[in-house]
Amino acid sequence: MSVFVNKDTRLLVQGITGQEGQFHARSCIEYGTKVVAGVTPGKGGQKMDDVPIYNSVKEARAASGANASMILVPPPFAADAIMEAADAGIELVVCITEGIPVMDMMRVKNYLATKTTRLIGPNCPGIMTPGECKIGIMPNTMGKPGHVGVVSRSGTLTYEAMHQLTQVGFGQTTCIGIGGDPINGTNFIDCLEAFEADPETKAIVMIGEIGGNAEEDACEWIKANTDKPVVGFVAGLTAPPGRRMGHAGAIVSGGKGTAEAKIEAMKNSGVHHCENLGKMGDLCKKVF
Amino acid sequence: MKIHEYQAKELFRKYNVPTPNGKVAYKIEEVEKIADEFGLPVVVKAQVHAGGRGKGGGVKLAKTKEEVTQFADDIIGMTLVTKQTGAEGKKVNMVLVEQGVSIKKELYLSVIPDRETCSVAIVCSQDGGMDIEEVAAKTPERIITVHVSPTTGVQPFHMRQVCFGLELPKELMKPMSAIVKNLYNLFVDYDCSMLEINPLIITGEDNIIALDAKIDVDGNALYRHADVKDMHDADEEDPIELEASTFGLNYINLEGNVGNIVNGAGLAMATMDIVKQAGASPANFLDVGGGANAEAIENGFRLIMSDPSVKGILINVFGGILRCDVLAQGVVQAATKLKLSVPVVVRMEGTNVVEGRKILADSGLDLVNAVDLADAAEKVAALVA
Repeated sequence: MSVFVNKDTRLLVQGITGQEGQFHARSCIEYGTKVVAGVTPGKGGQKMDDVPIYNSVKEARAASGANASMILVPPPFAADAIMEAADAGIELVVCITEGIPVMDMMRVKNYLATKTTRLIGPNCPGIMTPGECKIGIMPNTMGKPGHVGVVSRSGTLTYEAMHQLTQVGFGQTTCIGIGGDPINGTNFIDCLEAFEADPETKAIVMIGEIGGNAEEDACEWIKANTDKPVVGFVAGLTAPPGRRMGHAGAIVSGGKGTAEAKIEAMKNSGVHHCENLGKMGDLCKKVF
Repeated sequence: MKIHEYQAKELFRKYNVPTPNGKVAYKIEEVEKIADEFGLPVVVKAQVHAGGRGKGGGVKLAKTKEEVTQFADDIIGMTLVTKQTGAEGKKVNMVLVEQGVSIKKELYLSVIPDRETCSVAIVCSQDGGMDIEEVAAKTPERIITVHVSPTTGVQPFHMRQVCFGLELPKELMKPMSAIVKNLYNLFVDYDCSMLEINPLIITGEDNIIALDAKIDVDGNALYRHADVKDMHDADEEDPIELEASTFGLNYINLEGNVGNIVNGAGLAMATMDIVKQAGASPANFLDVGGGANAEAIENGFRLIMSDPSVKGILINVFGGILRCDVLAQGVVQAATKLKLSVPVVVRMEGTNVVEGRKILADSGLDLVNAVDLADAAEKVAALVA
């Protein structure tokens, strides 16, 4: 079992003819993901390696039976690409693109509220069910099959967690990077709900960072809804207020979104807070 | 991207949001000339990207000719220290000179994107002119928040919620509604990430005027706002941060003694945290990004070395798209060119890590290798202690 993606997932790639699109589509294929179609408007009828390209998502879905999409188009076109995928009835959209204007994402979220499509990202490394399916840009050497669910706002911290888990002998069911933007699709609680419902997932690692209150909400949910052990980490204790720490969503302003508040919320909800990221693997070994 | 008050007011005027008459001046004589033109009193306002200017002495009301000259002299060229500038303050290069207006009542109004509800929030209060965070903490009932969905845009009922919420007299509801509508449109059209007026005043003549104006535009949307891009003031930026951005590096200057080179924003923050836990303090946040090449790494190195308080450097890279061999080449390239004067601890993991480690080992450079993140932090902290 796994969450959101598995060996049967049929992926199409929006922006497959771009440099990034080609590179990561190939990497997903190499990993074993079933990449069944690509979309680049105006290049319908061509192929990227053996993958047929279509002008629209609608057309691609009809021809290939794709049920998931990975978006690797430049920021000015990304909101449009997400909405096109949702309009075509794609069930899962993973948007890797970084730098989408907030106002665009606001319109996208309001549009998605009228659809059944699940969006992961944007500004994220994607999602991986080790050994089965990768939709995203994680290195193929990452992760191994197992029983820990990982959810994180940060890309490289997802890698760090997967690496340390693997080092201490824990494989993963599914690892999800939900992205570092202020407005994103799937949030912590969506992932936690899915991990809770998945019998194969026995434990959870949750990695947050400063900004917003998604971590606090997630902790409330954990307290009320799951008995699975959760190890949590929050990045940004030393971040100065008022500065965006790389991610558009990672900012402490007006005293809100501080690492301290999030850590406090973790401690109050029974989450095992990891103080030293370098020792996350050891802590998981102790807790799980 | 923040813009100056006078620039924000230019946008206000474009959207028919009333502002006082005002002009920008760089010299004392210019201030005097503008004051002659407007007539007394005038307000002289320092133009820097920081709040709390009034308390710091950067905003003064001149009632006489002598005061005009005096205040212009005081403010132009001063180093303004407010709670937002930090102790080092900001140098004032220009002022906005505005015609004085009579104030009957001070209101507060801001527009911000609300990440939880995915809507545009219009926040207002009758308690303008004060620190709004204090109002929110002490008397939250005096803050009115109206959420506007971007799919409908601002509707008359939103405007009524603002007007009734502010307990405005009937005759001011029409002009206030127009202001709310126009500000919402400005906010959306220009991809603002913050728009704030404190105070928005009711004058003695019962006009509503934006006495102050703050606008922050979403940096990711600047590609579609060439006019705002032109408003960028390089003097407001940290020179190292500005230079870093030209190389595609995300750099934030801090006060500590350990320079950090990291890929990924989350890992960069976590690296700063772990350096602190190990007993040292981070000198910077530096995310070289996923697609960094050897040149970018070299430039990152150079920028960190230009900070005299740096006593040691920690390189922490989890190779994904950024391959460890590319990183190692950048490190060797930089270290050879720049002649390292401080110890460098390297921790890398991920894509092509074996090749990367070999490049570093073969380089003959005096680098300290770390086996994992915890080890790296302890080693660099010991070296700078």
